[in-house]
Amino acid sequence: MTTKLFGQRVPRVEDPRLVSGQGRYLDDLGHDALAVAFVRSPHAHARITDIDVTAALDVDGLVAIYTYDDLDGRMAEPLPLLIPHPTLTQGRTPYPLANGEVNHVGEAIAMVVATDRYVAEDAAGLIEVSYDFLPPVVGVEAAREAVDLVHEDVPGNVAATYMQETGDAAATIAAAALRARLQLSIERSASMPMEGKGVHARWDDDDKSLLVNTSTQTSTSVRQAIAAKLSLPVDRVEVVTPDVGGGFGVKIMHPWPEEVLVPWAAIRLGAPVKWVEDRREHFISSAHERGQLHEVEFGYDEDGVLLGLSVEFWHDHGAYTPYGLIVPIITSTQLLGPYKPRAYRVEFHSLYTNTVIVTPYRGAGRPQGCFVMERVMDYIARDLDLDRAVVRERNFIQPDEMPYDHGLIFQDGRPLIYDSGDFPASMAMLKSLVGWDEFVAQRDAARREGRRVGIGLACYVEGTGVGPYEGGHVRVETDGTVVVSTGLTTQGQGHQTMLAQIVGDELGVPVDRVRVTTGDTRRFKYAVGTFASRTAVMSGSAVALTARKVRAKALRIAADALEASVDDLEIVDGRVQVKGSPSAQIDLSTVAVLSNPLRYAFDDAARRATQFAGRADPTKPPVDPGDEPGLEGTDYYSPTQSTFANGMHAVIVETDPETAEIKILRYCVVHDCGTVINPMIVEGQVHGGVAQGVGGALYERMEYDASGQLVNASFMDFLMPYASEVPSIEIDHLQTPSPLNPLGVKGAGEAGVIPGSAAIASAIEDAEGFPITAMPISPSELFALRAEHPAPSRRAP
Amino acid sequence: MTETPHDITLTLNGTPRRLSVPARRLLSDAIRHDARLTGTHVGCEHGVCGACTVLVDGQPMRSCLMFAVSADGAEITTTEGCTTATGGLGPVQQAFRDCHALQCGFCTPGFITTITAFLETNPDPTEDEAREAIGGNLCRCTGYQNIVAAVLRAAQIQREQSQLQGEQGQPA
Ligand code: FES
Ligand code: FES
Repeated sequence: MTTKLFGQRVPRVEDPRLVSGQGRYLDDLGHDALAVAFVRSPHAHARITDIDVTAALDVDGLVAIYTYDDLDGRMAEPLPLLIPHPTLTQGRTPYPLANGEVNHVGEAIAMVVATDRYVAEDAAGLIEVSYDFLPPVVGVEAAREAVDLVHEDVPGNVAATYMQETGDAAATIAAAALRARLQLSIERSASMPMEGKGVHARWDDDDKSLLVNTSTQTSTSVRQAIAAKLSLPVDRVEVVTPDVGGGFGVKIMHPWPEEVLVPWAAIRLGAPVKWVEDRREHFISSAHERGQLHEVEFGYDEDGVLLGLSVEFWHDHGAYTPYGLIVPIITSTQLLGPYKPRAYRVEFHSLYTNTVIVTPYRGAGRPQGCFVMERVMDYIARDLDLDRAVVRERNFIQPDEMPYDHGLIFQDGRPLIYDSGDFPASMAMLKSLVGWDEFVAQRDAARREGRRVGIGLACYVEGTGVGPYEGGHVRVETDGTVVVSTGLTTQGQGHQTMLAQIVGDELGVPVDRVRVTTGDTRRFKYAVGTFASRTAVMSGSAVALTARKVRAKALRIAADALEASVDDLEIVDGRVQVKGSPSAQIDLSTVAVLSNPLRYAFDDAARRATQFAGRADPTKPPVDPGDEPGLEGTDYYSPTQSTFANGMHAVIVETDPETAEIKILRYCVVHDCGTVINPMIVEGQVHGGVAQGVGGALYERMEYDASGQLVNASFMDFLMPYASEVPSIEIDHLQTPSPLNPLGVKGAGEAGVIPGSAAIASAIEDAEGFPITAMPISPSELFALRAEHPAPSRRAP
Repeated sequence: MTETPHDITLTLNGTPRRLSVPARRLLSDAIRHDARLTGTHVGCEHGVCGACTVLVDGQPMRSCLMFAVSADGAEITTTEGCTTATGGLGPVQQAFRDCHALQCGFCTPGFITTITAFLETNPDPTEDEAREAIGGNLCRCTGYQNIVAAVLRAAQIQREQSQLQGEQGQPA
């Protein structure tokens, strides 16, 4: 047998290229393309009264200036509302270039094309836009009060109100022995990949075809969107995603205005055109996430069992709703985590503000939901003076209750049914990893030395591998190389390696013989995209099913050639051989040659498949009915529902008694993503997620002032963690395989970020002795909280 | 409004290159778009992320904060130049692969140049020193833990290589 690749720490096949500077990211393409710069609104809410381009016209190297009035056909219509929902009755989307009104700082008003970016920016700087100011609406409170409106035809700034309920929450809470209310909030952060967005388009006027490169998480859907917007037949448009320098959600949103404007200009100008987003543009004109305010009411019994839970929350979705209600729907459903309140009611209001739009950022609404639920668990523990882990254990869904149906509808429009997981086992692993039971003694010892340390924990469940489907194509070349493609895209998750491991195992070939392509619509046209921790589940399963088909075909052809029975064959190291007598063998490359009966011998390998090469059965057609030439296949994986991964984090923090500085001493993770394809890659995903969780809990926030200016729109002022802020992370894996897919896998990409704010809040609360209800928390905020909770009234938790 | 071009000479990864650039052209743009070595990346263009770090006469510098004209006559090393003499992965590059110290790879070239210079002055760092050494570079993917490990691994590879050369009687 070839050594099994599945489950091994296989070094990434992507790396040699990327470490030596041979990667090809968006701005590494099209050096000679015309360059684009945008004039963007400096105001949060205004009517445009005039755009004067006169001064810009003298700039040497200027090629074109476009404003809304230049847009034709469907380009003059608003951009699509990607995910409609019956309750989203007041959805609004922007125009590619502002049509008379701007609704956030950063909204594109004019597009400048020039011979290079420096010149384009010179010209953009000379365009004068005149405005009539409108009152800006900033923050959940202002949106909710609705004294001013973002869109004058949207009453109350409410795009949607959506409620789901299972059981009778109000009655259950009213009947409970103990009841409480909490108000909990989370501020805005953002995906903030190191590479911003970018688009490069080439129009071939002879062929009437368009080739677009874009730094996206979904090339197939961008292709459809461009074809629709530009009124081109879809088969004249191809979208090829180059290397992508991180996505974390922001690049699943599409089409961005630039993704339709750049191709549109390339066609008009008959020349390649490129736009590369700069960092300030990324802050003010891409997307943010997380800002939500939650009001929570719950009832529980003396044992700490949560009986009824009612949550109402307000979601700040920014100026437009192109991505629908996905983020708040995820909060409202995934809030439940590993727990099973008897009755649950959740209602959210999705509100307009004059700020950058909100679309999913890694975790996508789950960090907020997890924060709410885990604060509730900690409240119950504190109130009843119970161990926080014990309260959680008493509320867990038990392994023998799987599959567990919550009676709600999930983000994929399907029932929220957990397929797998063993929460008590995960908790036991976490307690032993962090030394939960020993910590009280450590905390007390530290306190005697005048130090403040605290431990916190948080649990989450994450629906991963969301449908509708992904596909795979696998072909064995006549030199024995196995080429694989899948339509979704890659932003650093090591998909080439992970998919090569799967296909390598199925076809009995080493990883270095497998070449994987993602995100290239020339290679694979049907796909959804990379989000919701879905690649291993969806494309992993799809390429596994495809490789099995190809394997079956290879064995059939080899059985013929070897005059053996299919059942007696195996594939080892790229050779099909008879089990137990390896001398009877045929190379996979030869099988590939034989799979394609030829008339012409264009190379040596091909000669063996031509008509006079012998051994064809003259009584049968060269290609059997129902068969196809070539050792290749295509298959799709489309599950009935998502698969649910889960995990638990524990964190130990120390807070400085004087300065209120917050330092993480230990960070422990127990993670269950089903069977693990490559532990090295999964751990890397967890590390990166935790770093973003730490950032979101302690450092990152989008600081809008009352006029709607994002005052910290640079890496200097938006505090992303450096190496000094991210702790070493200790990880243990529990593997409860998913019964839903052929590999038993569950998603791993987003998990690390989800419980960050919840766990860290829990730890700070433990260290300080007073409740933490808003995240992120800075040292100055903690300092202020201390002043509100003078030491004597503090209760030792 | 035509810009006057300035002729400059850079030694880029050991190869002299003559470029003609306007006075305001950033060194990062000159390396990437004029010399077409795109391994050096630009993550912020305001000197904070470190993705654009190159070695200028051996010192790590943020090429987004330098004008190309001010690098006239300098020796510049980018990640493309951190390979072995035969074009294989250099010690830091190899260590990044061994330790899974990169995901998307966008920040990686800035780390590789920074670490290459650091190991020149500190060939046997402690873990704390390794973490400190990468403290000015942002990575959004990895959480840094594996990058710290890669610094230590790179130092180990370099020591093994110089030991091997010593045993073979070659100058280290
Ligand atoms: S691009 Fe130079 S420091 Fe960020
Ligand atoms: S590997 Fe993606 S930013 Fe560092």
